[in-house]
Amino acid sequence: MKKLLPYLRAYRKECVLGPLFKLLEASFDLLVPLVMASVIDVGIGRNDRAYILQMCGVLILLGAVGLVCALVAQYFAAKAAVGFTANVRRAVFVHLQTLSFAALDEAGPSTLMTRLTSDMNQVQNGVNLALRLLLRSPLVVFGSMVMAFTIDLHAALVFVAIIPLLGAVVCGVMLWTLPRYRQVQSRLDKVLGAVRENLAGVRVIRAFGRENAEIRAFHGLNQDLTSLQIFVGRVSALMNPATFVLINLATLVLLWVGAIRVDTGRLTQGQVVALINYMAQILTELVKLANLILNISRALACAGRVQRVLEIPSGMPQPAAPCPGAADGSVEFDNVSFTYPGAGAPSLTGIRLRVRPGETVGVIGGTGSGKSTLVSLIPRFYDAQGVVRVGGQDVRQWPLEALRAAVGVVPQQAQLFTGTVRENLLWGQETATDADLWAALTAAQAKDFVEQLPGGLDAPVAQGGRNFSGGQRQRLTVARALVRKSPILILDDSMSALDLATEAALRRAIAALPHHPTVFLISQRAASLLSADQILVLEDGVPVGLGRHQDLLAGCPVYREIYRSQFGEEAVS
Amino acid sequence: MSAPKARRGTLGKVLRYVLRHAPLMLASVLFAAVSVACTLSIPILTGQAVDCILGPAQVDFPRVLRLLLLIAAIAGLGGFSQWLMNDCNNRAAYRVVRDVRRDAFEKLATLPLSFLDSRPSGEIVSRIIADVDQFADGLLMGFTQLFTGVLTILGTLLFMLSVHPLITLVVVLVTPVSLFVAGFIAKRTYDLFRVQSAARGEQTAFLEEMLSGQKVVQAFGRTAQTQQRFDALNETLRGASLRATFFSSITNPSTRFVNSLVYTGVGIVGALTVLSGGLTVGQLSAFLSYANQYTKPFNEISGVMTELQNALACADRVFDLLAQSPEPPDAPDALDLGRAAGRVDVTDVAFSYRPDRPLLRDFSLQVPPGSRVALVGPTGCGKTTVINLLMRFYDVQSGSIALDGADLRRIRRRSLRDNYGMVLQETWLKAGTVAENIAYGDPAATREQIVAAAKAAHAHSFITRLPQGYDTFLGEDGGSLSQGQKQLLCIARVMLRLPPMLILDEATSSIDTRTEMRIQRAFARLMQGRTCFIVAHRLSTVRDADTILVMRDGQIVEQGRHEELLARGGFYAQIYNSPFADPPPPD
Repeated sequence: MKKLLPYLRAYRKECVLGPLFKLLEASFDLLVPLVMASVIDVGIGRNDRAYILQMCGVLILLGAVGLVCALVAQYFAAKAAVGFTANVRRAVFVHLQTLSFAALDEAGPSTLMTRLTSDMNQVQNGVNLALRLLLRSPLVVFGSMVMAFTIDLHAALVFVAIIPLLGAVVCGVMLWTLPRYRQVQSRLDKVLGAVRENLAGVRVIRAFGRENAEIRAFHGLNQDLTSLQIFVGRVSALMNPATFVLINLATLVLLWVGAIRVDTGRLTQGQVVALINYMAQILTELVKLANLILNISRALACAGRVQRVLEIPSGMPQPAAPCPGAADGSVEFDNVSFTYPGAGAPSLTGIRLRVRPGETVGVIGGTGSGKSTLVSLIPRFYDAQGVVRVGGQDVRQWPLEALRAAVGVVPQQAQLFTGTVRENLLWGQETATDADLWAALTAAQAKDFVEQLPGGLDAPVAQGGRNFSGGQRQRLTVARALVRKSPILILDDSMSALDLATEAALRRAIAALPHHPTVFLISQRAASLLSADQILVLEDGVPVGLGRHQDLLAGCPVYREIYRSQFGEEAVS
Repeated sequence: MSAPKARRGTLGKVLRYVLRHAPLMLASVLFAAVSVACTLSIPILTGQAVDCILGPAQVDFPRVLRLLLLIAAIAGLGGFSQWLMNDCNNRAAYRVVRDVRRDAFEKLATLPLSFLDSRPSGEIVSRIIADVDQFADGLLMGFTQLFTGVLTILGTLLFMLSVHPLITLVVVLVTPVSLFVAGFIAKRTYDLFRVQSAARGEQTAFLEEMLSGQKVVQAFGRTAQTQQRFDALNETLRGASLRATFFSSITNPSTRFVNSLVYTGVGIVGALTVLSGGLTVGQLSAFLSYANQYTKPFNEISGVMTELQNALACADRVFDLLAQSPEPPDAPDALDLGRAAGRVDVTDVAFSYRPDRPLLRDFSLQVPPGSRVALVGPTGCGKTTVINLLMRFYDVQSGSIALDGADLRRIRRRSLRDNYGMVLQETWLKAGTVAENIAYGDPAATREQIVAAAKAAHAHSFITRLPQGYDTFLGEDGGSLSQGQKQLLCIARVMLRLPPMLILDEATSSIDTRTEMRIQRAFARLMQGRTCFIVAHRLSTVRDADTILVMRDGQIVEQGRHEELLARGGFYAQIYNSPFADPPPPD
């Protein structure tokens, strides 16, 4: 909670006033049995009707004042809880924007999602309940005890004995069940995993005729979950009956002690009734308290998960005196090696590459050979060993924003965002005109289909770009990067869904761009790279060839093999 | 709000599930009755004991002792039956939920792919997991609080009536006020909660998109704009949430105030009645604790009602899934092909996923046993659809497809699919060991067979480099394996089964061409004498096919062998030659 508590500080006033009014309300509650006792002893004892009516007026007044206090308390509690959660949520989101790609890889979007949504809801609930009830219930329990003391010292000792006993029962059941509830949650995760897996693999499952085996496996998981739920439920269901029995036993002792004290004239009948009423109030509060503790511990667990996100060290270390390099598009890799955090083997080893402004560099290699990793070092998505220079300056010395503004990236996964086509393209350059957008679309071979969309540039884009085909999405992401007119353009295997004719047209258009960017072109297809100024051949992260197509064909066996695998034997000879 | 009728139907379905556990429910009601009777009789006995404690030297100790022993016994019995009741409720609720979840999962196996393909899988998952879970919570709460609540109200009324009808009348008269207040607040709260849910939903959708696109956001330096949008949504949510939270939290103090009115009313009337001799002080004390006990269930029941509404809404979504019409079952006289020869005849087939977008038209094809058919063409031309129809994942809308002369719709699905081995572009692996995944189609396979299949798929060498070799556990969807490695495992999975026909839908798209060349050799061995359908993007993988079908907009535009098609200089030649279109091919 340490990192989260500061966000509650803005609501210091509410955090004090909320519980305070709640305590006021509770104190009024505590007076009720006393008033009733005097109704019995004074009103009935002296046969005083006026007194009875008067005291009942006091009771209604107590109820009304209690209601007002309660409403004020609920308002402050709600305001603090909701405001606190909104601030924390904002802080987490701000923090996420600063995280490095390595940290994002490690966390993964789905868990960040649950932490920002369902965990935050639990936290909000917990804070709200805690502000309202955490002080109230113990106050009523101990207040009842204190009131009992004011009535009679001997009888009050029964309270002193029973309260710790009840506390032990409540805590005991709680301590036993909480870790088991976590176990229930993890079994539920398994059931969820099975459903997800089956939906994702429905074709394979049906093709292999394994439906029944999958159903059997699911039954097992489902039954495991149910059995544990019933078992944990049985133990936690003990709490209320146990407190019920204990409180009634305490009432018995109270009655017995009361009888003796009344017999010797130290206590009145009405006071015995008041003592019994206080015992009943304790029972009610304990049930609430148990429920509250359960909710708060759940909220604490969730707060812990949220806090862990905030504890992820934020992003890339910023240079002390940032200084951008030239915006000419030159790039240099000087003996660069890189290992993903947590990975055993390096993904890149000893990369040396010099790229002059306006050159086109092809990168080719097998699956997992480090092609994407290589280009992701240019906009400094990751920090590597060795030096990557952009415009003559080490990327670690660049102001991060200026560096990324100098690079247009088309990622392997074509990702668009909800909005319109125009809004998506403007991601590349906020100030671009419609003419700029159309020019980019034309170069990206996307002009034809965008023109045909209802609304053209204003056509809606659904979440993740679902309403476009894979090839259309790729071309739109290319256009988005082209709008940037950045000196460096990175195309990370971003034409894979295009048919060969469209791809060729796209490559020609990029070569003819008026601002002549330096282009990094990753491809599985050797044909796409034939006209590159340099081709870097990677195998398992190690550079095994660098040069033009003809040189590599002559001197690089790996390249020759790739080429032959795509064009056939006769093409090489 | 348009579906109170559907709700009623839902309630009926829920009851049907609950009634399967009728003995448990019966026991639960029984234990609830015992527990309520015990709880209610204790104040009476306590009141009688108080009446034995009149004042100094006026205490009837033997009677007090007898009453105390009775109270102890009843408290014990009450506590025990309360526990048994809770246990019965737990068992019943969790078993109902288990049954619902099981039925929903079994339903998934029978649903047509057209249903599953048209919905985001997250939505179906959330129905089977989150909705069912909510339903469980509501059901459990309903079981525990509804029975005891109703029984407590009835019991209290009976006890009070038997002691003093006039005071009972006071209590009953104030009751509607409490219900009215709770109902009034609940209605407003419901609307506010809906506003809150909507705001939350909007923020969740935004987060979902931004978190999965976080890298693009950073690459394009859009953090400031994203933050702005987030802040706006966050503020909306804060306002909606504050209103909903506050309004819902005033229910409790308000009803408690009404309760204190009841308590005071009983106090006045009771005390006056005592004065006129119609009631003892002990009975008044019993009445006062009844006044507390009587009003509490009303608060709880109003809470349960909201919870149950929510639970029914969730159940509705699950039952909606259960009500989907399944794939038409195999005809009782459906054919069992055994091992097919592999002759496929497609006659005049038309098919589309959406009526407004026709896809396949007049599609005909004759495939003799053992021949190799390749499907090529631009994205979205219907290649994968043909595969869907061949495996009968979808049924043709007109025309027919026959295997060995029998219409697919007359063959048992199991028998049809057993004849095909399939490798898809989307690699799907189970959470399990490497060996389990390779043996997926034949769990009885020996380790030797598994290794042989892996070797044939060129997967053996990377498997042996994994930490525990063939026993390495792969997480959800293949865990940390690369896309290419996953695809090799999928190929090994088919290599182990050796069915008479093969479908390779972009089977090697994630494998680099060098590895692919080696696998091709294994495939070539595998394809020997088998009917094969190959969908490929890379033309290098289809050159050796017996027939190449060139598809465009759902129709076959060209058909023939590689050399013939090249020579013809049509669409195939155009797409085949395009990589050479801008730099001239090397000589």
